[in-house]
Amino acid sequence: MTVGQWLPTALAAHAPVLLVAVPLILSTPAAILRTGRAGWAIALSGALLALLCAVELFLATRADGAVISYALGGWPPPFGIEFRVDGLNAALLLLLTGAAVLALIFARPSVENEINADKRSLFYSAFLVSLSGLAGVAITGDAFNLFVFLEISSIPTYALIAMGANRDRRALTSAFNYLVMGAIGATFFVIGVGFLYMATGTLNMADLARLLVDMDGDRVVRMGFAFILVGLGLKAALFPLHLWLPGAYAYAPSFVTVFLATTATKVAFYVIIRFSFDVFAIDSGFVVNALTYVVTPLAIAGMIVASAQALFQTDVRRLLAYSSVAQAGYMMLGLGMGSQAGVSAGVLHLINHALMKGVLFMALGAFAISYGVRRIENCKGLGMMMPMTASAFTLGALSLIGVPFTVGFISKFYLIQAALAQGWIFAVAAILISSVLAVFYCYRILVNLWVTPIPEGRRDLAQPTPYLILVPLVGLALANLVFGVHAAPLVDIAETAAAAAINAGTGS
Amino acid sequence: MSWTPELALILALILPLIGGVGVLALGRNPDMRETATLITAGTLVLVVIYLVQVSGQRPEIIVFELAPGLELKFKLEPLGAMFAMVASGLWIINSLYSTAYMRGNNEKNQTRFYFCFTISIAAAMGVALSGNLLTLFFFYEALSLATYPLVAHKGDAKARRGASIYLGILLTTSIGLFLPAVFAVYAFTGSTDFVAGGILAGATGPIAGSILLVLFAFGIGKAALMPVHPWLPNAMVAPTPVSALLHAVAVVKAGVFSILKTVVYIFGVDYMQTLPAADILAWIAGLSIVIASVIAMTKDNFKARLAYSTVSQLSYVTLGAMLASPAALLGAAVQIVMHAYGKITLFMAAGGVYTGAGKTEISQLNGLGRCMPITFTVFGIGALSIIGVPPFGGVWPKIFLMQGAADDGQPWMTLMLIGSTLLNIGYLLPIVIRGFSRPGSGFSPMKPGNLPALAWIAPLITAAGTVALFFAIGPLIDFLTPVFTTQRAP
Amino acid sequence: MIEIVAERFNYAVIIILMMVGLYAVIATGNLIKRLVGLSIFQTSVFLLYISIAKVFGGVPPIFDYKELVGYKIDPEVVYSNPLPHVLILTAIVVGVATLAVGLALVVRIREAYGAIEDHAIAEADYAFELEKGF
Repeated sequence: MTVGQWLPTALAAHAPVLLVAVPLILSTPAAILRTGRAGWAIALSGALLALLCAVELFLATRADGAVISYALGGWPPPFGIEFRVDGLNAALLLLLTGAAVLALIFARPSVENEINADKRSLFYSAFLVSLSGLAGVAITGDAFNLFVFLEISSIPTYALIAMGANRDRRALTSAFNYLVMGAIGATFFVIGVGFLYMATGTLNMADLARLLVDMDGDRVVRMGFAFILVGLGLKAALFPLHLWLPGAYAYAPSFVTVFLATTATKVAFYVIIRFSFDVFAIDSGFVVNALTYVVTPLAIAGMIVASAQALFQTDVRRLLAYSSVAQAGYMMLGLGMGSQAGVSAGVLHLINHALMKGVLFMALGAFAISYGVRRIENCKGLGMMMPMTASAFTLGALSLIGVPFTVGFISKFYLIQAALAQGWIFAVAAILISSVLAVFYCYRILVNLWVTPIPEGRRDLAQPTPYLILVPLVGLALANLVFGVHAAPLVDIAETAAAAAINAGTGS
Repeated sequence: MSWTPELALILALILPLIGGVGVLALGRNPDMRETATLITAGTLVLVVIYLVQVSGQRPEIIVFELAPGLELKFKLEPLGAMFAMVASGLWIINSLYSTAYMRGNNEKNQTRFYFCFTISIAAAMGVALSGNLLTLFFFYEALSLATYPLVAHKGDAKARRGASIYLGILLTTSIGLFLPAVFAVYAFTGSTDFVAGGILAGATGPIAGSILLVLFAFGIGKAALMPVHPWLPNAMVAPTPVSALLHAVAVVKAGVFSILKTVVYIFGVDYMQTLPAADILAWIAGLSIVIASVIAMTKDNFKARLAYSTVSQLSYVTLGAMLASPAALLGAAVQIVMHAYGKITLFMAAGGVYTGAGKTEISQLNGLGRCMPITFTVFGIGALSIIGVPPFGGVWPKIFLMQGAADDGQPWMTLMLIGSTLLNIGYLLPIVIRGFSRPGSGFSPMKPGNLPALAWIAPLITAAGTVALFFAIGPLIDFLTPVFTTQRAP
Repeated sequence: MIEIVAERFNYAVIIILMMVGLYAVIATGNLIKRLVGLSIFQTSVFLLYISIAKVFGGVPPIFDYKELVGYKIDPEVVYSNPLPHVLILTAIVVGVATLAVGLALVVRIREAYGAIEDHAIAEADYAFELEKGF
């Protein structure tokens, strides 16, 4: 284990646990302090500290095959709980904490606009718990612990989504639906883990991987994999298990949508990669079959059906939510190929999708603060009223479509290359059809933004976009461009991640 | 930094963008704004003239690299220099004309109009100077997007609907067909660079090559090969200067230019000869020529007739590219220039009729030529050039194409070209004849001075251009010949 | 046949409970009943874990500290597996927390809509959308 890349050695040695513990501990003072500003400051500092730890871990895992193993409480794995960081989840942790920090900067004006003053500190407290849970999911090397963190992240998320009830009571029913679906998904996951435990007698993921290699034909193991895949699929909103997602994204407070869209489903997606490629070795036939004959067709169906559904939405955020479901299909398609190139493309799209959806939902949040925009027609003429925000939104939309020299193009390029290497022409066709559909649904919004004239009376409502929104928004929008041009860093991260996932699975 | 061809290349790309910023900054003062456009256009022409002179050196710049073999890359070669020259040269004249037209018709949002116009020119420059397919694709899409606000300029439901069809067809074909073709080229060869003699030969068989060729021919929707042409008539909801420069010159020529460039530098002439799809596409192009001409005859709306005429004339270029013999390719390249001058003249005259007399239908034109003699005369000159009558430039491409068809052993193609000429006469000359005929009922004499001077001076210049080009064909051939001969090198 | 069923009696019960729970979640329109179904579903999983911890002839894994001097455990004694019990303690906590949040949401839904039936809520939403002209 290499330490001290960034932080002092004493801290660096405990970075894995600090990354999870700091937000969790800070959530208590955030709840006790009753002012929103203080809560915000605590949440931001918690996220920043987590980001520092993530950077440290990220740098420490750059070397080929580098793995950081942290035994919780000094109990060595496989008996104690292990936190385990390799190239795959280090990238994810960096994405998670980075997105959390940017979303929090965006949060202050947005939350002040949308959440009642007496609830704000509790809101930030719930956010910190959720962040901690997601970080735990990403970092833990213990299957049951993963379930616990999954629920630690989910339960506050239900509450956060329900906070949108101030503006639209449908937030409550959406949160309830998410709760039911999320609980079923998590329980499926636990059933799967139970089966694995029955078959192997261990819960440590590295240990499981070692033992499962010799259990290729075991039916209990196969059942376990099926339950785990379905359970995580619910959490990751894979088509057709995505029904909770549009409502949750559409009615949650803007900040929550930004955070969820960039992180929550991504983390669940990471766990799917971890289980499909690392815990279960990809060369065991049933995993490949599951990926090829179950995951891939569903991914393709999701890409096309969800994009088509997006076409018919009137609510902007709902539209983007359906688009997220379609984009999750891209990532799953990468996974479904079962090759290193495919996983790498999937991870690349995971990162890039977070970049573009972050921009899009943040821009919508800014529109909502200034004009209360919810529906597509409400976007009329905003391009002239809020040129910076609208430009950033446009950039995000172009990236979503996959225009060259944006990150969206990069991920589609690698995805198509991976599909061609596999000889999957139908996958290429699906990607292109879905891209064309993306053109149409983005077009509907962009036309309203830029071409249709400003309705009467709209001009008087003009409010400048707060700087705290503009900074992360423009930063993310530029990231869409910069990494679209200098794709090498992200591609490198994705390839390291894919190598980590696959080598860990077959090497042990 | 010393003055080098590379610097000029960058300058040609950046100048319109700077001009665009200038237009935005000076938006409050219309006179200054138009001056900014004109200065930009003038400087751009000077730079492009220099580029034309140095195009033999084939300078290139790699701006950055996305992946090995996949760069944002610009490269100057004679075809691109020719297209850049046509687009930027006509831009000046068209800017003069726009000033008259937009003010004469009291159009709204003129700053946005001029801004998008400069951006479109920047994108057209990018298409002209692109050094590989990826760069070409990017600027091709940028051109579609930048012209959208121009097409939808009026902002009413009809304009928006036309613009939606416009963008819808262009984006769908480009993403659905063009982009996969680019990816496939990359997958086959590991590169998308434009190289003399082509890069696909030897990398793919005739079947895969044929599929690729079909993808390119229809994916580059801007070439308006039937049946992906409907965007062009729909784009006619735009103000006339847009139709004149973009939908007779920059956008549509960007399409056929892309096809020509792909055929010459990606497929290569020798490889083209082995592809069965080339003959089929040549047939489709030939049919496009005839069918679009027939449809043009049925159109009473002035601009719609010109639009279908453009569809027909663009297919000459596609036809030449698909025949892929040196004479046919030369004809295709020359057609880009000649048709540009001829058609912009026609559109400017049509716009003059609209600005001066408010007429949009051909059946309303009876006797109007007596009030607007210059406008109708230049229209006649443009029409004669399109038809292919000496001493106007439009005659050359037809001669070269016929020669190319004959070389290729396809006499039916020669017949088709002759038939098309007859159809051209049939749909263009009656407009002139009506203009100078007796006034019909409901005719109100024009008040003099209704038409701003620039609105007839501009087409006069381009009409003179068609005559000049007739005599300038020698240098043009000398300029283009290296493109179609050096590629024989291995 | 009977032996086979009898041997796997615990699994049969677990599966029945699981299906009852899932069915309740899916079939009922009442939000409270749905949460009840969810709890039954989760409980069946608890049972699954607990039942696999049972080792035939095993005694509770509780050591008398005095017997453990020198860390010697009698190799003859068979102990039940304590780990699943620990896991399920955690899972019960998680389940209770989920249930609590769910019930809190139902309370809020009732305040907002005046109903806890699915179809009533859907109708209210639909009427609301019509009113706003969606």
